[in-house]
Amino acid sequence: MPAAVALALLGVPLLGMLLRADWAHLPGLLVSRRSLDALQLSLSTCAISTLLVLVLGVPTALVLARSTGPWVGVARTAVTIPMVLPPVVAGLALLTTLGRRGLIGGPLAGVGIEIGFTTVAVVIAQTFVSLPFLVISLEGALRASGSDYEAAASYLGARPSRVFWRVTLPMAAPALLSGTALAFARALGEFGATLTFAGSLQGVTRTLPLEIYLLRESDSDLALALAVVLLAAAVVVVGLATRLRAWSSHG
Amino acid sequence: MGEAVRIDARVDARGLDVDLSVGEGGLLALIGANGAGKTTCVQLIAGALQPDAGTVEVGGVVVADKARFVPPYRRRIGYLDQRPLLFPHLNVLDNVAFGPRARGVAASAARRRAAAELDAVGLAELGGRRISELSGGQAQRVALARALATDPEVVLLDEPFAALDAAATPELRRMLRERLRSITTVLVTHDPLDVLALADEVACLEGGRVVLQSGVDEVFQNPPTRFLADFVGLNLLSGGTEGASSVRIGTGEVVTGLTQQQVTGPRARAVFPPAAVSVFRDVPHGSPRNELAATVIGVEDRGNVQRIGLAIGDQRIHADITPAALRDLNLAAGEGVCASIKATQVAIFPAP
Repeated sequence: MPAAVALALLGVPLLGMLLRADWAHLPGLLVSRRSLDALQLSLSTCAISTLLVLVLGVPTALVLARSTGPWVGVARTAVTIPMVLPPVVAGLALLTTLGRRGLIGGPLAGVGIEIGFTTVAVVIAQTFVSLPFLVISLEGALRASGSDYEAAASYLGARPSRVFWRVTLPMAAPALLSGTALAFARALGEFGATLTFAGSLQGVTRTLPLEIYLLRESDSDLALALAVVLLAAAVVVVGLATRLRAWSSHG
Repeated sequence: MGEAVRIDARVDARGLDVDLSVGEGGLLALIGANGAGKTTCVQLIAGALQPDAGTVEVGGVVVADKARFVPPYRRRIGYLDQRPLLFPHLNVLDNVAFGPRARGVAASAARRRAAAELDAVGLAELGGRRISELSGGQAQRVALARALATDPEVVLLDEPFAALDAAATPELRRMLRERLRSITTVLVTHDPLDVLALADEVACLEGGRVVLQSGVDEVFQNPPTRFLADFVGLNLLSGGTEGASSVRIGTGEVVTGLTQQQVTGPRARAVFPPAAVSVFRDVPHGSPRNELAATVIGVEDRGNVQRIGLAIGDQRIHADITPAALRDLNLAAGEGVCASIKATQVAIFPAP
């Protein structure tokens, strides 16, 4: 019975939204200027932030998985915090550090570089909140498979770089892909940190979630149409992640 | 025989301080209780550990001392653990080709080599299989093929049979014997049959020290410590190969048994438990038995059984008999007796 309630609680609102969406005019709504701007901005910033997440996250996961000592626990906590932090707090933290009068943003502004309220700020906010998803899932997989396979490869004559590309990475591929998918989804849905740190300028910082929030009263049909797009993206990502996890556990 | 491997080193964290060597092409069995340092020795040779003092030499070259450390991928080592550790994302053939590829062999040549190695372990037809589709014994044979595909100078076997079911062990043992004939090998084992079937020499470790390094025949016939005597637990008589399933020992007498592995070389070993030996004052008649002239060396009281030490020519065996039988025989050291060994309990092995 509680399970049925839970399923209803999770499923009915989504169903309700799908029923209310104006399916007949959906294509027309989605090609409007505002929606195309938001879609394009969201996709491009998410692509860049996901790339950043990979570049920064894979080495971090490797270091965490292969190290021992008290600092590893501290580092893992530091990586996990953005995952559970309210996004608006994350945005505030970014703003007070990288904003015009911030600790790092101040000196940067002095030499003419401004981050706050630009597209760069959107990317930074998305990277900040989605990086933990990749690091945590990849580190778990690396830790579980251990370093024995890597040692076996080195006895066979593989140098460390070859071990990484031919053994470590392929063996962690399912976790890497599902972690990337989750990070991408988190970046796509990012709202609070973006609004606080980057603001809401159409075509510059107003991503899909921000646009949906702004449109919800003025043009609820368009808001619902965009929401359907995000819901579809979420379904695709979750489906992908589950498939990959099933694939990896079957070996 | 030149020395192919020499360890004269100390590893403080493991309490290890050993000096041992393996002759070119020979097989050294490392035995000893758990924690005695067997695996640590293997890790020193493989390059998984750096010694705190002393040197590790492979092929006459120092690969590790306090200052120098040749990483594992620059040593020519074939390492087989109790787990096969085959890469799950590669198929069987690509697993075996991994080593040659890593050492710069072109892809097509590496695959040809891999196919040949798979053929040599009797798994030629499994090249396209996924690792998860292999049985434990098959996986360990693939791991052996993978280790040998790199033409290792030294093969390290750390309890290669420990995780296998009993049925798969004899097959792999036979395969190892065939494939390792001329490759310097170090074998860690708890099983005297591994030593008998594969080894030239035995080194016994105790508390991180080598307490004995000696030929297999000597250790089995005259185990100098209680640990070795318990480990051995079996009699061994070695001599020349006589037909398919017999050994002609130094006295000219022939011991017949059951063949465990095809005996092709000129030397062979007859192996049997002390309980398979009966002692008589006169030569008995009938039954498929081996009768050997023996001299009593001594008697050890082991409670329920009495263990009689017997000299047969220059070799030694033990016979376990009941206290009552011993009383009837009324034996004294130096007396001549007849040792009778049941042929069905004698296993014949080829000697290295």
